[in-house]
Amino acid sequence: MSYNERFDKRKFDQTRPIEAKAGVIKNADGSAWFKIGKTEAFAAVYGPRDLYPKFMQNPSTGILRCNYNMMPFSGSGDRVRPGQNRRAKEISMVTEKALLPVLDLTEFPNAVVDVFIELPQTDAGSRCAGICAAAIALADAGLPMKDLVSAIAVGRIGDQVLVDLSYEEEAFEDDPVADIPIAVLNNSKQISLLQMDGEVPKEMLIKAIKLGIDASKQIHDAQIKALKDKYSGDSQ
Amino acid sequence: MNEDNRTHLLNSLKQGIRADGRSPEEYRDVTIETDVVANAEGSARVRIGDTEVIAGVKMAIETPYPDTPDQGNFMVNVELLPMSNPEFESGPPSIDAIELARVTDRGIRESKAIDTKRLCIEEGKHAWGVIVDICPINAAGNLFDAASIAALAALKNTKLPETDKIDDRLIVNYKKKTDESLPLTKLPIAITINKIEGFLLVDPTSAEEKAVDTRLTVASMDNGELCALQKGGNGPFTVEEIEQMIDLGISTAAEIRKKL
Repeated sequence: MSYNERFDKRKFDQTRPIEAKAGVIKNADGSAWFKIGKTEAFAAVYGPRDLYPKFMQNPSTGILRCNYNMMPFSGSGDRVRPGQNRRAKEISMVTEKALLPVLDLTEFPNAVVDVFIELPQTDAGSRCAGICAAAIALADAGLPMKDLVSAIAVGRIGDQVLVDLSYEEEAFEDDPVADIPIAVLNNSKQISLLQMDGEVPKEMLIKAIKLGIDASKQIHDAQIKALKDKYSGDSQ
Repeated sequence: MNEDNRTHLLNSLKQGIRADGRSPEEYRDVTIETDVVANAEGSARVRIGDTEVIAGVKMAIETPYPDTPDQGNFMVNVELLPMSNPEFESGPPSIDAIELARVTDRGIRESKAIDTKRLCIEEGKHAWGVIVDICPINAAGNLFDAASIAALAALKNTKLPETDKIDDRLIVNYKKKTDESLPLTKLPIAITINKIEGFLLVDPTSAEEKAVDTRLTVASMDNGELCALQKGGNGPFTVEEIEQMIDLGISTAAEIRKKL
């Protein structure tokens, strides 16, 4: 049996519906909310601010510190215990690496830019949603950025490559499945996040990544719109 | 809070007005939305001025404790997310977070609003465990009240999930909700009254909280009876002040209860 039609009737290169807003957390220096399908992420940026303990300071540049966290009630199954588990720590780390290439923090030696990502509701693609929210929040904070980052999961089910897998698709059992979260730098089309779980031949992987780069345009548009919605009013 | 700001705050309190134009007993705008998290069995978003919190309820099937084999379990937890305020730090819960969580928990627990006996499914074997988690999105003062209101609204919004019996084990089917609500018999709300020198005020902003000498959290039920108290802050208060604070706590709770 092959996977000819998606559970939610989307086209294979179509993302779930996207909504995004900038400036949703007043206390933060920059913030955003990003929703794709039923997955929702908040991101708040604090900084550049003093970094302690002092030995972590870098006199040549400011550093980026990301923190990914699922709210205890956000998962589709049991409660998620508060506090960082191994998964959250790893996602925090890859999120940091996904965002770093677009940031220039050399103007802020010894300082830290903290990005806190919180997920109130998850349904697949939560690390990508977190990165998308964080990119908007960093721009909202007015930090020097070369580009925006748009993250999306791509993958394959059987012979079919597709974008933005749902939870049901990730768990598909009749055919081999691969889940491949990527982050795309919009101008250069370079990739700053790449992970893969599952089985996939090389040709199919490359095809999936290319499909993801094209689909990331849909996310980029939503991110730009969120920023314009907040700032176009102010400039007039 | 530095001395100048404190003096300024006190001078305006003497004239019965606060920095944002409110009178001491005036609350900021409160909005309560429910059903805001699809994966939770019950949820609510509460906004008090710029303060915003989300509460979510998760239900689990547990083995009852040996000393209460005919009862389920109930807990409220609050996390001070560093996303919501620049002064909150990552890491294990601070003493402030623990006090906030425990005071919010007691306000509901001690009212016996949740009939834990009705959470029992099979004596000694299966009972519902109810956990309410409260996450601030933007912490701009008065998390005590926001957490209490959000917890109650989320509990009120909760629908029990379906269960499947596999052999002797009972498993929660989180995908399907029944139309059965939680056995909620009362509507306890905890309101914190703050004292700065001789002045009593409700619903403080973050800046006002820094100037508070003494606070009293007053949890009361729909019948006007008290169910929990917690004194906080470094200063003492008189018995007359305690009376005034309790009256103000009960009347404020009654106003907010109308919005649920």
